[in-house]
Amino acid sequence: MSLVENLFHSSLGKKVAAKVGLPESPTLRRGRVGPLGEILLAELPGGGVVAATLAAIGVTPGVPLRDTPDSRTPDEKGRPQPPRYERRPGALVIDATGVRTIAALEDLRQVLRPIMKRLERSGRVIVVATDARDVNGLEAKAVAQGIDGINRTVAKELREGATANLIVVRADAQPGDLASTLSFLLQGRSAFVDGQTWRVAPCKPGDTVDADYDPARPFAGRIVVVTGAARGIGAAIAATFARDGAGIVVVDIPAAGDALAAVANDLRGSALQLDITAPDAGERIAAHVAQVHGPHARIWAIVHNAGITRDRLLANLDEAQWGAVLHVNLGAEIAMNEVLLTDRPGGGGLGERSRIVGIASTSGVAGNKGQTNYAASKAGVMGLVWAESAALADRPTTINAVAPGFIETDMTAAIPFVQREVFRRTNSLSQGGLPVDVAETIAYLCDPASGGVDGQVVRVCGQNLVGA
Amino acid sequence: MTERTAVIVGGNRIPFVKAGGAYAQASSIAMLSAALDGLVARFGLAGTTIGEVVAGAVLKHSRDINLTREAVLGSALSPHTPACDLQQACGTGLEAVIYAANKIRLGQADTAIAGGVDSASDAPIVVGEGLRRALLRANRSRTLPQRLAALSSLRPADLMPVPPAVVEPRTGLSMGESQALTNARWEISREAQDELALTSHQRLADAWDSGFFDDLVTPYLKVTRDGLLRPDTTLEKLAKLKPVFGGAHGTMTAGNSTALTDGAAVVLLADRGYADAHHWPALASVVDAQVAATDYVTGEEDLLLAPTRALPVLLERQGMTLADFDVIEIHEAFAGTVLATLAAWEKSGLGTVDRAKLNVLGSSLAAGHPFAATGGRIVATTAKRLHQCGPGSRGLISICAAGGIGVVAILEGC
Repeated sequence: MSLVENLFHSSLGKKVAAKVGLPESPTLRRGRVGPLGEILLAELPGGGVVAATLAAIGVTPGVPLRDTPDSRTPDEKGRPQPPRYERRPGALVIDATGVRTIAALEDLRQVLRPIMKRLERSGRVIVVATDARDVNGLEAKAVAQGIDGINRTVAKELREGATANLIVVRADAQPGDLASTLSFLLQGRSAFVDGQTWRVAPCKPGDTVDADYDPARPFAGRIVVVTGAARGIGAAIAATFARDGAGIVVVDIPAAGDALAAVANDLRGSALQLDITAPDAGERIAAHVAQVHGPHARIWAIVHNAGITRDRLLANLDEAQWGAVLHVNLGAEIAMNEVLLTDRPGGGGLGERSRIVGIASTSGVAGNKGQTNYAASKAGVMGLVWAESAALADRPTTINAVAPGFIETDMTAAIPFVQREVFRRTNSLSQGGLPVDVAETIAYLCDPASGGVDGQVVRVCGQNLVGA
Repeated sequence: MTERTAVIVGGNRIPFVKAGGAYAQASSIAMLSAALDGLVARFGLAGTTIGEVVAGAVLKHSRDINLTREAVLGSALSPHTPACDLQQACGTGLEAVIYAANKIRLGQADTAIAGGVDSASDAPIVVGEGLRRALLRANRSRTLPQRLAALSSLRPADLMPVPPAVVEPRTGLSMGESQALTNARWEISREAQDELALTSHQRLADAWDSGFFDDLVTPYLKVTRDGLLRPDTTLEKLAKLKPVFGGAHGTMTAGNSTALTDGAAVVLLADRGYADAHHWPALASVVDAQVAATDYVTGEEDLLLAPTRALPVLLERQGMTLADFDVIEIHEAFAGTVLATLAAWEKSGLGTVDRAKLNVLGSSLAAGHPFAATGGRIVATTAKRLHQCGPGSRGLISICAAGGIGVVAILEGC
């Protein structure tokens, strides 16, 4: 730690920091833990799917207060105040799927205003709206986009670790399609996902949950492969899937084999020492799975977490640094998917019904100085997700990506203190995320009940200003 | 009982490094646990019980009475996995594999892990005989004066610790000095020894570069490759080295002799039926083995050429000749040992070894030789190589050991 960093973390430093607007960051609620306070449902006219979804996940919602002129009461100075929650609510879920007009947006304002200063710590605002493609008329399409602006701003105004996210549903999405998403957003698993919008559609035929599906252990009896799993985010991903019941196969380069073995043994999984840029990488993963789990075993999910950086300003970047990053971060993923999606004689590939997750990055979304190669690879991962989800339209396999922002890892710990502190705090939760936050989001995308979430890139960035 | 076959399923070792290097602070137990953990992770065996783990060390602390069991308890294996220590000098690793294979074939175990470990860095240093006797006498004493009397018998020289040495107690000769005698007897030239050493380095380097060890080695303490390996060595560089054994005109140098090394290696074995039922790969089966010893004390035979006695017995029992093997591994204690072994086999009418089949992936001169770990390294490497050669391919392993012992074994590719 540098002198500045030591000073910053001293008690005097903390007092000074608070005075200049750098208060201590709120501790986020994490894990499979729901809100403490009441979960409220605002079902706006024309809605309905959210109430049925909440019922399906065992939530009996309360009715939110509305800010209307006659519901206001004057404070001691005579200024009209919105109705006040006596006990701080845990979450407000707004079913805005029927909102088509500018006038109807007023309903969102009415239910949001009373909650803005009363939501509990790590509380949740979840807005569910209809995809603009499924509404008719200019005003309805414009209003659909308008809701996105509301969500992003609410996320910035909420405090104490509370988040806001918007789920856009296709018109024919069913409660079963939405359940895993609402459950994820309500729980601490989504701690560092803030100000984001993604889409939930009806799941593809053959991708409905089985009778023995247990939402608390969704991966029981399923095999999950995680690349780059020897340490950091990859190890957290493997641990999260293991917690949720998966049989884990961790992959990393041979030189990281000792750390990899420790991860595998801790999780009662198995380790494969493999450079994923090897031409037969996909084959070797399948062969390993077949060897450890038997020739009839199939991979439920593969998480392409392995990635490298070779940061240089473009003025100083040679073909080796350029090529290595693109090969590891993007090329290897394309090649391995192709092999694993093809049924091989010895078994061990991806199941007919399965999940693929890639890792994008805010650098890919927004670009980043010194990272042309990295940004190319990570934006490429997003392009791959969109293209491959379309290519897999007839197969009950989904492909998605997460885009982490500032996550507390050995890699980010190496950034100089001031730069790190700036990067860490320039988001709506004014702190860095933890590896587990990325892991939880990936596990949600891979959940057997998340078949309706396909071709999406979900940022895990606390609503980082970069590229937002 | 149906006929059972013991097969090599896989192996794992930590990179070998020169004594006093990266593993200087690591204990034998820690290194053996690390080798076990890499194997356990590769086959997803965390928390499972293995029939028996058998391993040993040549340089062994008195506190390590249960070295292997302690290493198992420090690993991710189930604590219900029993273990056994076995010791046969440099033959330990191979002898452990034979022990495990025999138990499997007899139906006393379905699975076993065999191997060895040695730390020349963390070697035990014992107190001198005078101090030891005085301390024991003082311990037996009942009164203070008796105790003082016991200790007052000590002379300054008694306080000198006795460092370990690889010396044969009955000849007083070190391993290298013994080999120098053998080299002279078999007229092994410096050039031939240097050439063999060079080939060992080149072949081991190629094997590493080709990824051969990706599923045979797990890094340890930030070491990812064998530390003694010199991929860029040349005959010229080797020729410049000064002799270390055999006097001023000796032919043995640090380049064509193995260095003191730290490391650990283990091999996973199973009954063929068990392996098939559990989808484990069967790389090679353990066909047969033979141990023999030479009368080196009289000087009539060579200390490290006992495989010359063991091999004819084994070949006759199996009805095989040297020409039947696709892979031949002769442990490179010294380059001269290999060359003298080849000459002795030839002289005794066993035939000539095709050098293209000999130590094709490099051996101890390049990898290093942590005594008890060498057998596990050679068995795992040979088994994988035989598996690549295909079913029915045959491999011969020959290891010489202190005390004039030699162990040879036959593996068959699956």
